[in-house]
Formats: sequence, structure tokens, C-alpha cells
Amino acid sequence: MNDLIVKTVTKLIMPFIQLYGIYVILHGHLSPGGAFAGGAIMGASYILYTLAFGIHEGHKKAPHEITSKIESGGILFFIGLGLVGIVSGGFFLENLSAGFPPGVVGTLLSGGLIPLATFAIGMKVASTIVTLFHRTIEEEMYD
Amino acid sequence: MKKSFVVFVLGGLLMVLLSSIPEMPPMGNVNNPSFNQVSEYYISQAIADTNTPNVIASIITDYRAFDTLGETTVLFTSITAVISVLSGKKMTSIMKREDSNE
Amino acid sequence: MINWNMILDNINYIGAFTLFVIGLYTVLTHSNLLKRVIGVNIMETSIFLFFVSIGYAKGAAAPIIDMANESITYVNPLPSAMILTGIVVAVSITAYALSIIIRIHELYGTIEMDEIFQMDGIEHD
Repeated sequence: MNDLIVKTVTKLIMPFIQLYGIYVILHGHLSPGGAFAGGAIMGASYILYTLAFGIHEGHKKAPHEITSKIESGGILFFIGLGLVGIVSGGFFLENLSAGFPPGVVGTLLSGGLIPLATFAIGMKVASTIVTLFHRTIEEEMYD
Repeated sequence: MKKSFVVFVLGGLLMVLLSSIPEMPPMGNVNNPSFNQVSEYYISQAIADTNTPNVIASIITDYRAFDTLGETTVLFTSITAVISVLSGKKMTSIMKREDSNE
Repeated sequence: MINWNMILDNINYIGAFTLFVIGLYTVLTHSNLLKRVIGVNIMETSIFLFFVSIGYAKGAAAPIIDMANESITYVNPLPSAMILTGIVVAVSITAYALSIIIRIHELYGTIEMDEIFQMDGIEHD
């Protein structure tokens, strides 16, 4: 597909979709939404890019090497956050009593472990959706 | 023949399911058995325990964080399964080679 | 006599059961594998709707606590949090099923189940 209008509009609105996804992820502990909704929005922006520009350009935008590293890094970061609780003498995945800073209720930096875990899961969901989509359609690429 | 039989059986299933609605607790009532002490505890103690106004975020990443860890493991397993199924040689080329060997 | 008030009060349950039966019908009668996956997805959606409706309360707000107003009633947060897990599992199952369908299409050249059975010489009605 080679359509000038679709390509131009995709280039224009893609930063705003990603900004909205990052907003939903970072405000996951204050407003509706959260890691899974924000990660799905982030992944949808890359899927839109691949649909408009084709699989080759989409691979350049989100290569397998980077998405797979984000994916493994997200889950390892989440497990590492849980190990902080054990190191401080508590249970696995313990929050405020493990020494995470509580902050002021209702501000962006509050809730201790929750914003960090939301960020890790959001990045992981976004890269998983992008990788699944690229993997299932790239079979057509080599035909 | 087969389709009409399936429609008959599924219509019976729908009747059975719908007939159970009058026996269920009324929808949207705060005195339902699902509103037990667990959800009351979550709503009343979420700010004191986790400093987070969004109760669902505090449930999925603090109270039941093990559940979320398993969930990310499911995502990881699914992506591993998809890659292992789709990568490798195409099946038709493998079949052609086996045919030529015989 | 149809009791319209009761139907309106329980419209979520009725919708969930009807969606479940529609999904089961799709799985049982269609021989196209893609349509079967769509049927499984419809059944999953009906379960999600049923589960979330259990935690619903009339006139209640979403469970995001308002510090200024203490007297608001909130919906039950537990079913919503558990259904998030269910949605992720549904996505994973759908992706795996689609990848297997791609392989089947490579091998047989079709995704109709009765044609595949015919090729393998299996009797199937």
C-alpha cells in the first residue's frame, strides 16, 4: 500500500498517540487506565506505523533486537523490585514496609513500588504486542 | 440436520442459563454476597496501605503482585511459543525434500 | 406476562449468556479455523462481562478514591482487577492459535477443517 494521505497522517499523529500512552502508564496509580491499557496504546502506535509504511519500515522503527531486550528487561526489573523486599528483611514484592518512599497521596511520585512496577509492565506489554504483530505478518515478507 | 440439532441443544442451554437469573442475587445491589469483607478492606485501607488512590492499581501491583508476575510470565510464554512455532523452515519445503529422498 | 423491569435489571446477565451461546454456536458449526478462534474470543468476552457485572453496584463510582468526599459508594474492585489477568491470557491464547493456523495454512493450503479432514482421509460429517 502506497497512499500519501495515510502516510502523512500517520507521521503526524504517531507522537501524540505515544504521548497519550506514556501519560496513561505514568498516571496508572492516580487515574483510570494503567500498565495494560497504556502498553496497548503504545503498541497500537507501532502497529499503525507498520500498517501504513509496510513491514520493512516497521522493522526499522521497532527492531526485534530492541523489543526482545525491552521485554526481558521489563520482567527482570519487576522481579528485581520484588527482591528489594527480601533484601530489606520482608517478603517478596513488599511495598511501603520494604522501604520504598511513600510520597504524598495524589501526586505523580507516590505509592512506592506501584509506579515503577506499572512502568515496567507497560513497557513489556507494548513490546510484546509489537513483537507478536510483526512475527505473525512477517511470514508474508519472504514469500 | 447437524445444524438444527446444534441449534436445538444450544437453545436448551440458553433456556437453562436464563432460568437461573431469578435465583441469583439482584444485579447492582450493595448487599450482594460479592461485596464481602475483602472488597470493603481494599476500598477502606488502600490509601493507608499503599498511598494510592486507584484501588485497582494497588490490587494488581501490591496486594496481588504475584498474580501480575504470573501474568507477565504468561505473556512471555506466549511470545516464546509464537516465535518457536513460526520460525524455522517452511513446512512445504521440508515435505518436498522428504518426497525426493524416497 | 413478561416482567420488563426484571429484564432491564438483569440485562447484563442476559447479554452475557446470549453472547456465550453465540460463541459456542460459532465454535461448533463453522469449519473455518479463523471463525472458530473468533467464536472462542466471543465466549471469553461474555465471561468477562458476567464477571464484571457481579461487582457492579447501582449509582456507584469507579474505585478511584476521592479524598475530599467520604460518602461515595464504590463498585467492587476485585472482579475488575481479576478480569485484567483474564484479558491478557485471552490475548496470549489468540496469538498462539493464530500462529498455529498460519502453519496449518502453509502445510495444507487451506484453513477449512472439512477439507483438511478430506485430505487426510478421515471420515468426518
